[in-house]
Amino acid sequence: MTVYVENTNSWRFQVHGTFVILRKNILLYYLKPPVLIFGVLFPVFFFLAFKMGRPITPENIVPGMVAMALWFTASSVGPLVTPWERRAKTYERLIATPVSLQAIIAGDILSGVIFGACLSIVPVILGLILTDAAVDNLLFLIMGIIFGAVSFSSLGVLLAAPPASSPSNIMLLSNLVRLPLLFVSGIFIPISQMPFWARWIAPISPLSYAGDLVRASFGQSGYFPLWLSPLMLVIFTAALMLGAYIFHRRWRAKGL
Amino acid sequence: MANVHNIIEVKCLSKIFNGTNAVKNISFSIESGELFGFLGPNGAGKTTTIRMLAGVLKPTDGTALIQGHDICSEALKSRAHIAVVPEEANVYLDLSVWQNIMLMADLYGIPRNQRTHKAVELLDALGLSNRRQHKARTLSKGLRQRLMLCAALVSEPEILFLDEPTSGLDVQSRQMIHKIIRKLNGDGLTIFLTTHNMEEAEKLCSRVAIINEGKISAIDTPDRLRSAIQARQYVEVVFSDKKLSAQDVKTLSGVSSVDSTDNFMRAYTETPGKTATEIACLAKSRDIKIEQFGTRKPSLQEVFLYFTNHDKKAAIQ
Repeated sequence: MTVYVENTNSWRFQVHGTFVILRKNILLYYLKPPVLIFGVLFPVFFFLAFKMGRPITPENIVPGMVAMALWFTASSVGPLVTPWERRAKTYERLIATPVSLQAIIAGDILSGVIFGACLSIVPVILGLILTDAAVDNLLFLIMGIIFGAVSFSSLGVLLAAPPASSPSNIMLLSNLVRLPLLFVSGIFIPISQMPFWARWIAPISPLSYAGDLVRASFGQSGYFPLWLSPLMLVIFTAALMLGAYIFHRRWRAKGL
Repeated sequence: MANVHNIIEVKCLSKIFNGTNAVKNISFSIESGELFGFLGPNGAGKTTTIRMLAGVLKPTDGTALIQGHDICSEALKSRAHIAVVPEEANVYLDLSVWQNIMLMADLYGIPRNQRTHKAVELLDALGLSNRRQHKARTLSKGLRQRLMLCAALVSEPEILFLDEPTSGLDVQSRQMIHKIIRKLNGDGLTIFLTTHNMEEAEKLCSRVAIINEGKISAIDTPDRLRSAIQARQYVEVVFSDKKLSAQDVKTLSGVSSVDSTDNFMRAYTETPGKTATEIACLAKSRDIKIEQFGTRKPSLQEVFLYFTNHDKKAAIQ
């Protein structure tokens, strides 16, 4: 009998664990129907509903589309993984390994980040090819996509914490959170043109800040000062990650 | 001489769920290389105990040491020494047999060349070599259970926790799993086996603990536990036509009770040899013929029932 890793507390071992979890999630969950429906089809249909019959030039739609695609894709993996594993009875074995809960959560978040970042490139490319939209500031675009993806994916993982009997219950919960926030985050109507009450809610949505950054990258004016958006996304990410850790730890053995 | 030491030390471990005391202040230790059986009826606290030892559940009180590492304060280190095959757990159905094993090996940080070598060896030993590219979804329950064992063993644990490993399996699969368990233990692996199947525990375990309503009622080798309930040894007699009355047999010295149906009689006694002789003499003196005759020690199942019922009676009193 051999203990291969004496120091399982080492960051190196736990980072390795995070990447193992990431690889597992890519293999198992990226092509699961709920991820494709809520992560890919949802933004496409929202785009069509948003665009059809409205006097908006196509290039003005592109930043909103990118932010919306990022919002749905990055936050769609997290709510699937844990509930699916609980139901498939694989979660108990996973949490009995020397990989820490933090590393498992980090792996789940990273899965959403990669899924979201990769798929949100698609509307950027389509926008650049099919419309007159142009990227003015690549750094803002990268920051918007990366910071936004980490923040949205953390939200998805936080939403996966409650011990639900079925993944569809968590998907329902995640849509109850994601859809209202989508409408108050200035994706369809600029925040400055939204009703007074909605302008008060917009700052509590991380999507508002990611959307502002992406809009700025396409040379459009935003609602918040430019320095505020990355800062707020970092704060949201920290809070959502902490929340995800606390609630996953609290409920990890429930419903096994 | 083998280096024998306590590989698991459980100290006053308790778990309360929503006011219900699932495990009540249990303490025991397991030596390295033991095949330890943890017996109890459904809901006795077996799975809760295993989950606490595996670091899945946090104890409400008390703790345990696994290879010297505290399961609460050094959870990750203690988990590096163990592998768990939970009762209801499953393999990843959409991964192949090989991918399932590699995933577990990777989670334990086993270097690539070693994990490949070990996985090939295990697949051979557990008869899964020809299915390594098959999706786990296509395997039968028995084969999945073997795959779970493969995935657990690839990290070369020092302690293997098996929670009801043969539950719901057919006879062949059960025998295969028993054979594997014996082989692993023979190779020096410490095994913590929970079961409510007494036959399984009797066949496999060198020492057993009986847990009932969250408390440990008895802990010892199966033989010693049987001896501990001397009064449950018995003499069984099958009479050919007429039979002795239960009342007559009850008066014999050492006989505590008698069960009698048709021409069959079972007399519980602390001295089965002496009682058997006395029954034979009594039958002969009354010209009663005996067809079959035998003395028996209580089975582990009877020991189990004795201790679990004894607890219930004590609780009622």
